[in-house]
Amino acid sequence: MKRAIVIAAALVFGGLLINAIVDLPSSPVDLRIAVADNMANSGVSHPVTAVLLNFRGYDTLLEIAVLLLALIGLMAAGPMLPPPPNQPADALLQKLARIATPPVIVVGGYLLWAGAFRPGGAFQAGAVLAAAMVLLHLSGLLSAWNAQLLPLARRVILVGGFVLFLCISVALLAAGSLLQYPPHQAGLLILLIESGLTLSLAAILAGLFLFLSRDNGGAP
Amino acid sequence: MSATLAFDLLLSTALVWSAWRTITANRLDQAVVMFIVFGLLMTLAWCRLRAPDIALAEAAIGAGLTGALLLDALGALRKGKTARRRQ
Repeated sequence: MKRAIVIAAALVFGGLLINAIVDLPSSPVDLRIAVADNMANSGVSHPVTAVLLNFRGYDTLLEIAVLLLALIGLMAAGPMLPPPPNQPADALLQKLARIATPPVIVVGGYLLWAGAFRPGGAFQAGAVLAAAMVLLHLSGLLSAWNAQLLPLARRVILVGGFVLFLCISVALLAAGSLLQYPPHQAGLLILLIESGLTLSLAAILAGLFLFLSRDNGGAP
Repeated sequence: MSATLAFDLLLSTALVWSAWRTITANRLDQAVVMFIVFGLLMTLAWCRLRAPDIALAEAAIGAGLTGALLLDALGALRKGKTARRRQ
């Protein structure tokens, strides 16, 4: 009886939600037209990248800041035990990881470059590179990271994308308003920011995995 | 037209089924695998909705990284359990 009431209530609530979404009022401003009108000034030809990096670049700046903050929180709160020594995993797994990694890096670079004119971009490229690092870790080729013993180069890569983005924003703020790129340099600036973001995002996303990892990779 | 409609119906049914299996699976490893399956089906759904950008992000982060993180957590849990049993 109780179960029947719960199922009925869930169905009614689901129906109400579907109804609310189907009857959504059309937005008073059609943003698609506004985006299409300004594509020529954006420096890229893919509307999603134009919105993420140019028209709403502020959101992307805050997004990378939030991810970095999450990682710093994890480093501060995470376990302080040194990661156990890496034991070699299955030979077949290692061979496969070694073969797979170079094409994955190329795919990451392609996604970054393709973001200017077709689906792709820094986030996807960073995630693909992070996946390669996770794969290397799970096959025992890349040891887990220790928050206290992190080399300077890795720290620089972790914060580099955000710092680069922030520096460009501040420089643009001096020239006019925040993140308003001059139309002629917009393409170059977006590519520069996205390259920095790709490396940082790859390190941050992989870091979420590698700082937490307590096991020694794929070793049994 | 009818072929795409049939595919969409199949896809949405599989989505709901995999979501249901994810939360009702008795064993954790089954739940994790079903979660990855759900992420991949979701990627297909985003493609059908003509949102390839979101599909890429879903495949890389939703199914790939989160799935790997969950599998790693599962491995750590299992390792802890066997260590406790030995004591």
